[in-house]
Amino acid sequence: MAHLAVAEAAIPASETVVAVRGICKRYSEVEALRLIDLDFPRGKLTTLLGPSGCGKTTLLKIIAGLIAASSGEVRVNGKPVTGPGPERAFVFQDFALMPWATVMRNVAFGLELQGMGKAERQSIARNYIAEVGLTGFEDKYPHELSGGMRQRVGLARAFAVNAEVLLLDEPFSAVDEQNRRKFQEDLLRLVDKERKTFIFVTHSIEEAVYVSDRIVLLSRRPGRVSQIIEPRIDRTASPDAIRRDQGYLDTVEEIWQGLKHYVD
Amino acid sequence: MIAPSRVGGPAPAVHPPEGLGASLGRLASRHPVVWRLSSLVLFFLAWEIAGRVPISYAFPTFSATLVALVSMMADGSLFVAYGSTLQPLVIGIAISGVVGVVLGIVMGLSRMAEWLAAPLFVVLQAAPMAALIPLITFVYGIGLLAKTLAVIMLALPVIVLNGYKAVRNANPSLVAMCRSFQGTKLQQIAKIIVPDASPVIFAGLRLGLAAGFIGVILAELLITPTGIGDLITYHRSVANYAEMYAAVVSIILVSTLTLAALESFETRLLRPEKRRG
Ligand SMILES: Nc1ncnc2c1ncn2[C@@H]1O[C@H](COP(=O)(O)OP(=O)(O)O)[C@@H](O)[C@H]1O
Ligand SMILES: [Mg+2]
Repeated sequence: MAHLAVAEAAIPASETVVAVRGICKRYSEVEALRLIDLDFPRGKLTTLLGPSGCGKTTLLKIIAGLIAASSGEVRVNGKPVTGPGPERAFVFQDFALMPWATVMRNVAFGLELQGMGKAERQSIARNYIAEVGLTGFEDKYPHELSGGMRQRVGLARAFAVNAEVLLLDEPFSAVDEQNRRKFQEDLLRLVDKERKTFIFVTHSIEEAVYVSDRIVLLSRRPGRVSQIIEPRIDRTASPDAIRRDQGYLDTVEEIWQGLKHYVD
Repeated sequence: MIAPSRVGGPAPAVHPPEGLGASLGRLASRHPVVWRLSSLVLFFLAWEIAGRVPISYAFPTFSATLVALVSMMADGSLFVAYGSTLQPLVIGIAISGVVGVVLGIVMGLSRMAEWLAAPLFVVLQAAPMAALIPLITFVYGIGLLAKTLAVIMLALPVIVLNGYKAVRNANPSLVAMCRSFQGTKLQQIAKIIVPDASPVIFAGLRLGLAAGFIGVILAELLITPTGIGDLITYHRSVANYAEMYAAVVSIILVSTLTLAALESFETRLLRPEKRRG
C-alpha cells in the first residue's frame, strides 16, 4: 500500500497524456465511431471495453496514427497526432511477428528500424525477452512458439522501444484461459514496473476489471462512450484474493448490468 | 507410431513378407530420400522393360540410353552442345530474373506501373509462345540474340506476374507493424514486403527458369539448329534413338538440378525458418 501511495503522489492524477477530441470514423458504408471524447491519464491502465465490432480496434489504431479519423483529433502530450510516433507502441491482436525472423530480431525490430547498432539493440531486447519470460527462446522462430509465447514477443517488442504509451489490442484473445490469467498477472507486474501509460482493448469484463485503473465502456456500433468506471480494488492482494474480492465482483456485476441490454 | 507396430508385431512370424513390407515402409517414412529413389528405380525398370518389349523400334532401353549418354560425354559432343545452349539460357534467365523481380515489385507497389505493364504480361503469359518464337527470326536472325529473346519471352511474364502478386498481397498486418514503429517506406519494402513476398517471387523464378529451358530448346528446334536442340534433331534424323533420348534425359536432369539448387539457395538465404521442421 505504501508503495502505491508514493506512486500516486509522484504522478499528478489529472495529467493527461492522450486526449481524444470529437473523433468520428466512417468506413464507406459503416459508421464505426461517433464523437468520442476521452482523456487517458499518465501512468494508468485504461481499458476500452465493448461488444465485438463496436470500434475498439479502430479507436486504438486512430490513437496509434495507423488510420486517420474522419473528423476530430488526437493529441499526445499536447501535440496533434498525424501518424505513428516514437512515444506510442502498438501490440497487435494477431501478433504481427515476422515469420522469417527469430524472437531476438522480432523483439529488436523497432530498434532496428531506428538504426540502432546490433549489439546495443540486442542487449536491450535480451532484457525484455527475459522480462516476458522467454529467455532461452531468442533463436526460435515464431512458428516454433505457442500463441501465448508469440504474444509475449509482441509485448517485448513494444516495451523495447521505450515508448510512453502502450496500445494493446486484445493481446490475450488467442491465449487459453490458464495462460491468460498468468499473462494478466505478468501484465500487472510490468505496468507496476515500467510506469507507462497503457491503453488496453478487451471484450472480457473480468479481464478489464482485473487489470484496469479505468474502464471505458463503449456502446454498440456506432461506438460511443457510454460509461467510465474506476474499479476500487486493492491490487497489493494476491491475484486469487483479488478475484474473490467483493469490490472486484461488484464491479464485474455493475459492468454486466450496463452491457446486458446490448446482448438481447 | 507405437500402436500400429504393436498390433503388427506378431504378424511377421506368420507372414514374413508382410513384416518385410512393413519394415521397408518404416525405413521409407523415416528417410523420404528412399521414397524418391525407389520411385526413380521403378521408373527406370519400367523403361528398361518397355524398351526390351519393344513398344516401338524408335524407343531405346534405359541401359542403351545410359551407354549413349556416357559415350556422348566421352566424345565431348554433349559438352559442346551445352556450351551453346547454356549461354543464351544463362543470359536470358539473368535478364528475366533481375528485370522481372524489379518490375514485379514496382508493379506491386505502384498502381501506375500496374496499369501500364500488367495487361502486357498477362497477354504474354496467355499467348502460345511456340507459335511466336519463329517470328523472332524475322527481326533478330538466328544467332545468340534470337535464342536469348526466346528465353526471355517465356521466362519474363511468369516472373513479373508472381512478383507483382506477391507484393500486392504482402501481409497488411506486418506492414502496419512496420509503420507503427516508424519504419520508412524504404525499410517497409526492404525489411517487410520483399521478405514476405520472397517465397512467391522465388516460385516465379523457378517457373521462369523451367520456362526458360523450354524457350531455349524450342528456339533450337524451331529456328537455330544448335546446341542440345540440334543434338536431338540430328540424332533423330540419323535414327540414333539412344543418343536422342540421352540428350533429352540430360536436359531434364540439368533443369531439375538447377531448380533444386535455386530452391536450396532460397531457403538458405531468405527464409531461414523453413530450414527447421
Ligand atoms: N477496413 C475496414 N473497412 C470497412 N469496415 C471496417 C474496417 N475495419 C473495421 N470495419 C468495421 O468497423 C466496425 C468496427 O470495427 P473494429 O474497430 O475492428 O471493432 P472491434 O475491434 O471493437 O471488434 C466493424 O463493424 C467493422 O466491420
Ligand atoms: Mg478488434
